This record gives sequence, structure tokens and C-alpha cells, in this order.
Amino acid sequence: MNTMVKMDAPAKEITLQHGVKVVARDVSVYYGEKRALFDINLDIRERSITALIGPSGCGKSTFLRCLNRMNDTIPIARVTGRIEIDGRDIYDPELDVVQLRANVGMVFQKPNPFPKSIYENVAYGPRIHGMAQSKADLDSVVELSLRRAGLFEEVKDRLADSGTSLSGGQQQRLCIARAIAVNPEIILMDEPCSALDPIATAKIEELMDELRQNYTIVIVTHSMQQAARVSQQTAFFHLGILVECGTTVNMFTTPTDKRTQDYITGRFG
Amino acid sequence: MTMMSEHTAKAFDVDLQELSRMVAEMGGRAEKLIADSVDALAKRDGERAKRVIAADVAIDQLQREIEDRAVLTIARRQPMAVDLRAIVSALRIASDLERIGDLAKNIAKRVVPITGDFHPQRLLRGVEHMATLVLAQLKLVLDSYARRDVAKALAVWRGDEEIDAICTSLFRELLTYMMEDPRNITFCIHLMFCAKNIERMGDHATNVAETVYFMVEGHSIVDERPKGDTLAALATER
Repeated sequence: MNTMVKMDAPAKEITLQHGVKVVARDVSVYYGEKRALFDINLDIRERSITALIGPSGCGKSTFLRCLNRMNDTIPIARVTGRIEIDGRDIYDPELDVVQLRANVGMVFQKPNPFPKSIYENVAYGPRIHGMAQSKADLDSVVELSLRRAGLFEEVKDRLADSGTSLSGGQQQRLCIARAIAVNPEIILMDEPCSALDPIATAKIEELMDELRQNYTIVIVTHSMQQAARVSQQTAFFHLGILVECGTTVNMFTTPTDKRTQDYITGRFG
Repeated sequence: MTMMSEHTAKAFDVDLQELSRMVAEMGGRAEKLIADSVDALAKRDGERAKRVIAADVAIDQLQREIEDRAVLTIARRQPMAVDLRAIVSALRIASDLERIGDLAKNIAKRVVPITGDFHPQRLLRGVEHMATLVLAQLKLVLDSYARRDVAKALAVWRGDEEIDAICTSLFRELLTYMMEDPRNITFCIHLMFCAKNIERMGDHATNVAETVYFMVEGHSIVDERPKGDTLAALATER
């Protein structure tokens, strides 16, 4: 009798073909006197989904926001340690932060389309980054981005309508299309489905599974089931410490740390 | 293994405890069925055999209840890691115990057909001895389940060899009786099936041991299990 549950279907499993895209070494974050992250060391693999999980206030969102220097916008926040993307230190003073944030797109918890047309929501980024030479260029970038976000068929006849007229799930996919439009390599998602109903959530998850062919995705989620469903790699944070990181298959079947086990099985605190 | 702390949702703990309790109850009933069926066989007690056959229904019913409860718990709680293994293990163990119940019932069904004067006590003692060993194995493995005790589970897993060996020697003996006098054949064949049934119960006990190991450790036993090869041993008889 073979009692081993074989869950790692090859396509879902992270393999050595996935190079390391993001390297974090001894990353700590302070908000004034308060230390929010303690010496985080984490490798994020390219073209795969890495889930950051942990109870509220554990530092997972803080860590996510380090990856595109969103913490720079908080005056009292201070980041130490080293974060590299493709070997390049992203906290290098020479680095163009605007370019970094185009390369590392972000999708937030609440869909936040601009109060503009669906078309303009997607076209805005490519236009300010000078990525389209003509109206035809821009049209094709908008269409491609909406297609990749799985939204084009639903909105193609009303591109001039306001982005805010869409449903919550559609708005979130519009925000993903907006992030994709500037041709990023990495997409950060901070609880992208927590304001969505189950069907809209399933559509986003399906989309993430397609996007990971071309993008490196890092997602913060409170839903353990979502982390287990969509990600290949999972990192568990607790009290500002990275407790355990590993393949999602192992993290949700045989975690090694008792704190991880207690958290994923709903025994925390 | 240390006892797990409680879930934030207490009702989840109740679900898991209830599943464990039902498996334990099923195990207790299976033990009683084995003891009763072999006793009925040894004493050729037809009435007792009938009671065994009737009592198996309760074991089947418990298995269905365990399945229902397990499915409901999975749907309601979406269990992870050790909790998911506990539920899957309850399902597996329930199915092994249900098979053990069927095998005991099968022995009980043979009590009535075994009539006549030819009943060598020595052969019956052999079957009884096998049953005693299987009962000890089953008791130990149910204990390992209740206590999440991997060491006990491994002891059961390794302890099946002796039962297989007795089964083989019993086969040999039955063959000689059958060759001696063809009138013994009916009795001997029935007894042979009874011995085989008990040997199968032992196999189910080792399945349960493997499940307990998986439940606690999160992976299957990698070691090779010692085996007395029954068929090869019999082939040398010719």
C-alpha cells in the first residue's frame, strides 16, 4: 500500500529551470522606532507565483512593499539590507524609482481604477513612459493588455465607459491590465481578491495561473486555500520574522516548523 | 508526538475528535467480531456464528457514518496538513476495519457447514493461535492510532511475519490430512479459508499501521517489510 500522497503534478511544481529573480538578504524595516521586519532572507523564483502568508501585522505586506520601494512613500520607514532584482540592487541611489515601479507592477486589495475611461486606465502608463509611437501602437497595447488580463471580450464594446462602472472583479482585472500595460517583469499583489466574490476570485486566480508563464508574481493573501491553489512557493511570516519558506506542496502538507503548522491548520494564538 | 493545540474554531476539534472516537468504536467492534467468530468456529456454535453475521451490519453502518462525517468536515473546514491527514486516515482505517469485519463474518458463515466427526483439535488450536496473534496486532495498532504512536505502528508493521509463518505451516498440515483421507477434504478446505481470512486480517492491521505512520509523519514508510513468502514455502511441499 502506497500511502504517500503524490500532489506535485509536474506543471504546478517549481523546478530548477526557474531562476532566481529577486534576492532579499538581511532585509529589515523600521517604522520610526518600531522594527517591522527582522533580517529577511528570501529568494523569489522567476515565472512562478510566490505566496506570502501570515497573521495580520506579521510584516508580509511590508516585505511586499519593499520590492518596488513603496515604503519610500512612508517618511518614517527605513529599509536596511539588500534587495536585488536580476542581480541589481534596487536600493541603489542611482536607480530610477519610476522605472523600477514600471518593472515591478502592483495590484492592491481594493480595485482602484482611475476615474477615467477603461481605455485611458490602461493607456495612461504606456503613454507617460513613451512606450507607444502612434495611436495605433497605443490601441494595440491597450487591447493586448486587456486580453492578457482576461477582460477584453467583456469590455471591447465600451472602452470609453468609465473604469469605475465595471464590477469589482472586472475593476481588479482592469488594474492588472493597467499594471501589465507598462511591460513589467514582476507583479506584486496585495490581497487582490479579498474584496471580490468567489466567482470573481476564481477568475483572478485563473488569470494568475496564465500570467505566471510570463511574469514573476508575488502575492500576499489571507486565504490559505488561495495560497495553496495558486502558488508554487510559499513563505510564512510571523511577528516580522520569516519562519519558513518552501514549495507550496510541502508547506501545506508537511510544514517543518510548528508555528507554520499551527497557522495553516487554524490553531494560531 | 505531542498533542496538538486546539483550533481557533473549537467545532473543528469536535469534528476531529468525533471521527477518532468512531474509528476507535469500529476497531473495538472488529476485535469482538474476530474473537467471537473464531470462538464459534472452535466450539462449532452455530447460534453464536449467526450473531457474528448479524453484528457485522453495525460495523458497516459505522463506516458509512465515518465517511459522511469526514466528507462533511472536509467541505466545511478545508483542512490542511496534519488535519487533512487525520481525516483521510480515518477514512482509510475505517475501510480496513470494515474488511476485517467482513472476514470475521466469512469465518462465521463456515461454522455451520463444518459438521461431522473429523475435528482435529490441533488444527483448531492453530487457527485459534493465529487469531490470538491477529487480535494482539489489532489491539496494538488501534492503540497506536489513538495515541498517534509511530513506534507502536512500526511494531505492528514488522510483526505480521509470524502470522504468515503459522498460516503456512497450517496449510502444510491441512494438505497432509487431505492426502491421508479424502473425507477430510471438506473440513480442511473450510479451515484453510478460515486461516487465510485471519491472515488477511493481519494484512489489514499492517495497512492501518502504515496509515497511522502516514498520518503522524506526513509520508509513507520507506523501509521494506519483512515477509514470509507463503506460496513459495508451499511449493517446496511437493
